Amino acid sequence: MDFKEYSIGEFDTEEQKKFRQEVREWIDKNIDPRLTQTAEERGLPPDTDGDLTKAFGRKLAAKGWLVPEWPKEYGGAGLTADQRYIINQEVAARNIELPGHWSNFQGGVPGPTLMRFATEEQKKEWLPKIAAGALFSLGYTEPNAGTDLASLQMRAVSDGDDYVINGQKMFSSGVDKADYHWLLVRTNPNVPKHRGISLLIADLKSSGITIQEMHTISGMKTHEIFYDNVRIPKKNRIGPEDGGWGITREALSLERASVGSSPWAPKIVEELIKYAKETKRNGKSLYEDPLVRQSLAELTIEVNILRLFNHRINWMVDSGLNPAWTGAASKIWEAETSQKVANQGMQILGMACQLEPGSKGVPIKGRVELGYRETVVRSFGGGSDEMMRSVIATIAMGLPREPQMVMPVKK
Amino acid sequence: MNFDFNDEQKMFKQGARDFFEKECPKSLVRQMAADEKGNPPELWKKMAQLGWLGLVFPERYGGSGGNMIDLVALEEEMGRACLPGTFFSTVLLGGLFILNSGSEEQKKDLLTKVAKGEIILTLALTELSGSYAAGAVETTAVSNKDEYIINGTKLYVPDAHIADYIICIARTKKENNPEDGITAFLVDRKSAGISCTLLKTIAGDKLCEVVFNNVKVARKNIIGKLDQAWSALEQTLQQATIARCAESVGGAQKVLEMAADHTKQRIVFDRPLGSFPVIQHYIANMIMDIDGSRFLTYEAAWRLSEKMPCAKEIAMAKAWTSEAYRRVTANGHEIYGGIGFTVESDIHLYFRRAKAWEVTLGDGNVQREVLAKELGK
Repeated sequence: MDFKEYSIGEFDTEEQKKFRQEVREWIDKNIDPRLTQTAEERGLPPDTDGDLTKAFGRKLAAKGWLVPEWPKEYGGAGLTADQRYIINQEVAARNIELPGHWSNFQGGVPGPTLMRFATEEQKKEWLPKIAAGALFSLGYTEPNAGTDLASLQMRAVSDGDDYVINGQKMFSSGVDKADYHWLLVRTNPNVPKHRGISLLIADLKSSGITIQEMHTISGMKTHEIFYDNVRIPKKNRIGPEDGGWGITREALSLERASVGSSPWAPKIVEELIKYAKETKRNGKSLYEDPLVRQSLAELTIEVNILRLFNHRINWMVDSGLNPAWTGAASKIWEAETSQKVANQGMQILGMACQLEPGSKGVPIKGRVELGYRETVVRSFGGGSDEMMRSVIATIAMGLPREPQMVMPVKK
Repeated sequence: MNFDFNDEQKMFKQGARDFFEKECPKSLVRQMAADEKGNPPELWKKMAQLGWLGLVFPERYGGSGGNMIDLVALEEEMGRACLPGTFFSTVLLGGLFILNSGSEEQKKDLLTKVAKGEIILTLALTELSGSYAAGAVETTAVSNKDEYIINGTKLYVPDAHIADYIICIARTKKENNPEDGITAFLVDRKSAGISCTLLKTIAGDKLCEVVFNNVKVARKNIIGKLDQAWSALEQTLQQATIARCAESVGGAQKVLEMAADHTKQRIVFDRPLGSFPVIQHYIANMIMDIDGSRFLTYEAAWRLSEKMPCAKEIAMAKAWTSEAYRRVTANGHEIYGGIGFTVESDIHLYFRRAKAWEVTLGDGNVQREVLAKELGK
């Protein structure tokens, strides 16, 4: 048993110290100073689509550090898990959140899925692109397919070497700046819904694609995207035709693990403690109020559990154990803890909690207020907490799955 | 980074599980809850032979030289088994306090006897308020030649009615800082002036009221330094707290397994209870409660065994684990329904312990206040 990863640098070996120093110097040299500045000031949501973040990510990519552990032939740096942690920690320490699929330094959802399910030819084509920083947006959700994703209706019809795609996706975040769309489509409408789905990679420059903005309550933009007779070559299909569902289930569990690892909640708890110590209410330090103390201690405990849950996944992956349901536990914990931090944070701030970022007199730069809105999405985005709980119970303790009603697919 | 026990510890833990399954059936647990002494002598002897009573004592005091993580492994299995008896009072409170602050002679003598299972010890700290804070110690010990004379009432003292020695925590000087002026005395339980009343408790734990009425103790029976017992006491409480957390994790894990089995077997509305999402969600909540408890406890134990600062981690572990254990057992009752409400069911054995252990060694509110103080530094 050991829990050394938690304090940055405290337990480094000589070799690790040297590597960490190298990483720090490299970041100092390659980071645009405006990036850390804005990261500090913008609070939530992290503007992961921002050009500065993207530019920094591409520099990391050129160094092979987006996917440090991947072999060099796929564009990685062939480093060890320890070294990946160090790079990861040092980037996180600058308060930078990279775009979705970059954020866990393993190529997000597409990278590991391709590693696992693509043909060698496809790996050679796509993995170096990911390592070089190509951006993917996930094309899963549709107006009538959210939590029940297998109900998706976007249609792909075979035509020679291509599929012809028609239909609509929504909540494809970052699709306006992405290069590729990681797309689930229905290739066979005449079989039970889970068995007629295929996974494709669409080039977003293809003709027939229209993107429209959707505005969310956190101020973050997302998009709906329409496919009108868009042609995608069949060689862009990952896995067998009609065999996309099984692959997607794997990919979803990877996404869950990465969704769970946002540093937002622990940072806000730290900010709240600092705020309470510096603020006087009714002539007394806010931190002397027993209810405030209890609340902050409670939040501290729960963000520490979150930290442990996330590290457990890393440990399991690194030790070759199957993290199975633990990603779902992390995801739930991240969602519920973030919402709790946001809500109790608002309670501690009192009247001032309602002030938005940029307002006169706003505490903690409005990050708590913004977080209060932003965290709403976390308990259903990327899979609802309810689904996650059933995943945990059925996998971890072998509870029987809920019987499904078999319904014909709508044509 | 490693979230698990090493291979040797895993084997040790499995061995302990097998042992308790055989030697500590729930019939014995029930019998001991009703029994006035509450300490099964055969089981105690066997645990001594296995070296478990001296698990964390150095070999020169008859122990096995294990560390906190070994202790956590054993405690999880004790919690799983609802082990009755005096491990908490004798080893965790009495034994560790002597190890932390006793003289070489006291350690050699008393710890060796503890490890062999020859004596029962306990620690008399809490009083009427039930608080573990230094300020709550009102029992006094006044110097009189080569002796001290102790007066006061100790409450919730585990196993005092069958202990050979009671380590009595008494105030020897009134200082501004309540942590100063506290001294520990090794008192023979049969000394004149001690009266002991067994209390009736929710989990059948043997807690006593111990009244000290002009009890005379020789000066040489002071453990540690005069007026300065508090830091060793704090250290002991920290160790005992981690052990109790581990015991709770073990108990909660067993409740989860029992409840999950029940959901697979129980048929309602023509399908297994566990196929209903509402039940699956209870189970998922139990798993997350237990895992949070487990890793907070492991991390605290690891930090303690590495001699790193761990006051925050221990407070977090106790605050969370003791409340989580109670929630898990309450979920277990809800899943079991009516049959779990009968005394023949095992689930209530855990439900009772969870509440008793929640309030022992500082409940959630107390521990969160400890944490808030640390965070305020």
